[in-house]
Amino acid sequence: MIAVRDLARRFGKLEAVKGVTFTVDEGEVFGFLGPNGAGKTTTINMLCTLLKPTGGSATVNGFDVRTQRSDVRRSIGLVFQQSTVDEYLTAEQNLRFHGYAYGLPAAIREPRIKDLLTMVELWDRRSGNVRAFSGGMKRRLEIARGLLHHPRVLFLDEPTLGLDPQTRRLIWDYLNELRKRDGLTIFLTTHYMDEAENCGRIAIIDRGSIVALDTPDGLKDAVGGDVITIATADNQAAADEVRSKYKVEPVTQDGLVRFHVPAGETFLPDFVLHFSQRLLSVGLRRPTLDDVFLSMTGHEIRDSELDEHDMMLQGMRGWGR
Amino acid sequence: MIEIWRGTWVVAYRELLRFVSDRSRLLSSLFMPLLFLIIFGAGFTKALGPLARNVNYIQFMYPGLIAMTVLTSSLFAGMSVVWDREFGFLKEILVAPIGRTGIVFGKAAGGTMVAFVQVLMMLVLAPFLGVPLNAKIVISLIPIVILLSAALSGLGILVASFMQSQQGFQVLVQVLIFPLIFLAGVFFPVNNVPDWLAIVSKVNPLTYGVDAIRQIFLGSGLGLGVSVLGHTMGVLEETALIGMLGAMLLGGAVVAFNRDV
Repeated sequence: MIAVRDLARRFGKLEAVKGVTFTVDEGEVFGFLGPNGAGKTTTINMLCTLLKPTGGSATVNGFDVRTQRSDVRRSIGLVFQQSTVDEYLTAEQNLRFHGYAYGLPAAIREPRIKDLLTMVELWDRRSGNVRAFSGGMKRRLEIARGLLHHPRVLFLDEPTLGLDPQTRRLIWDYLNELRKRDGLTIFLTTHYMDEAENCGRIAIIDRGSIVALDTPDGLKDAVGGDVITIATADNQAAADEVRSKYKVEPVTQDGLVRFHVPAGETFLPDFVLHFSQRLLSVGLRRPTLDDVFLSMTGHEIRDSELDEHDMMLQGMRGWGR
Repeated sequence: MIEIWRGTWVVAYRELLRFVSDRSRLLSSLFMPLLFLIIFGAGFTKALGPLARNVNYIQFMYPGLIAMTVLTSSLFAGMSVVWDREFGFLKEILVAPIGRTGIVFGKAAGGTMVAFVQVLMMLVLAPFLGVPLNAKIVISLIPIVILLSAALSGLGILVASFMQSQQGFQVLVQVLIFPLIFLAGVFFPVNNVPDWLAIVSKVNPLTYGVDAIRQIFLGSGLGLGVSVLGHTMGVLEETALIGMLGAMLLGGAVVAFNRDV
């Protein structure tokens, strides 16, 4: 459904996306996970024809994003990071405008508007001004709008950013239903780990490159099993002992020594019994995508220096922000 | 081609929808011309006496204020581009399969329609000011008003396609709008002024829009018409001039909007 080869984009001297390659199958939920500034939004903007690539190629629904822009645009629905609904119009007017812009005949448009507004539970508010909507309602309206013209792929750029957990759950319920019912392909970017868990496959992107691409479970297995965290009186000595005794590379951070072992439950009793340092605390947990990110990139997802938004502004001179 | 056409009407339709749902904008854009009409009219009419046979100051200024209404409501087309960018809606338009040329034409068409509605509202005042008003005048006004507002919408969109923020655009419009109005012969005839002022005024294209509208209302041959190199301009010549300017500005806006990113 989406095929990307060596796709690259530079803004002046800055390489925002440094040649990424991946494919997304029909009906798949594919996630782009990375910190702000990693190149997620830049990639999505290239795939949805808002930004021209400076290298490589990409097709969406079989259409080239450079040369068959209109066909690509008809094949995709978009939900952006920032709200893009017209707050001065009603919910229904927003959808109708979208229907006009995509040239949908009234006989298809009107029932579709009703179906989608019902699905996102906004049918009762269809004549209400969007200005008065909450953040979650606006986002639901945008999802309904993105689906109006029967796209084959739905792009979601940070779809649940700034929303409360209940609304996030609700949005994921819609998305999963659509995927099952219509075979919709979903491409999303996120920097929420728990959201990435909803994906069939995840590409971890950092500083413009894909550093790992697998299923969430596959990625977690790749970091080397369960996570053990210990606190001791002398963390340096503890780390040295772990390294020499168990042949793993521990990480010392925030007063804790952390390392990975294949089967935590059976490892732990023996470890506690034979460890020579005085243990202050011992923790065992399954790896999360946070651990995956840390082990793949060497830093945590929240420490990012570049602000992608500023970079885009510089490079695009604010086009369509 | 079909995408340009669909883009034009879709975008223009939304401009109208928003204009109708936003009454404060309607009133605020009529406020300035009314203010000038009342205060300058009261202040200068007696002091200046008639400017030509049967033409007092209010009657002289009124057609110029109609051009000013066209200017402010047309530049709003550019404002709405910046506005849409700031509030994100521009993205929704940019990724729709409608093409950027259609977006420019749609914004310009929307601006033109809004300007036209506001001119019609201004016309209601004519009988109270002793300005002649009949069907022939209204019909003659249509082409110049449409061309003038298309040209000025083009200017607004051209400027807007380089602007990041509303504040920036507003500052630029303020800097642009007052010289354009003051140097267009809205408030005084541009023939009997010092040379430097006459030259600047005659370079200002809005001058010819103002003059054409004035000639339609008050008739030509009053000795007020703008003369260029000894030749007094007629309504047709001025309309053609504004039309050419409009084609250039709209063309420029289309190019600026379509530039690659």
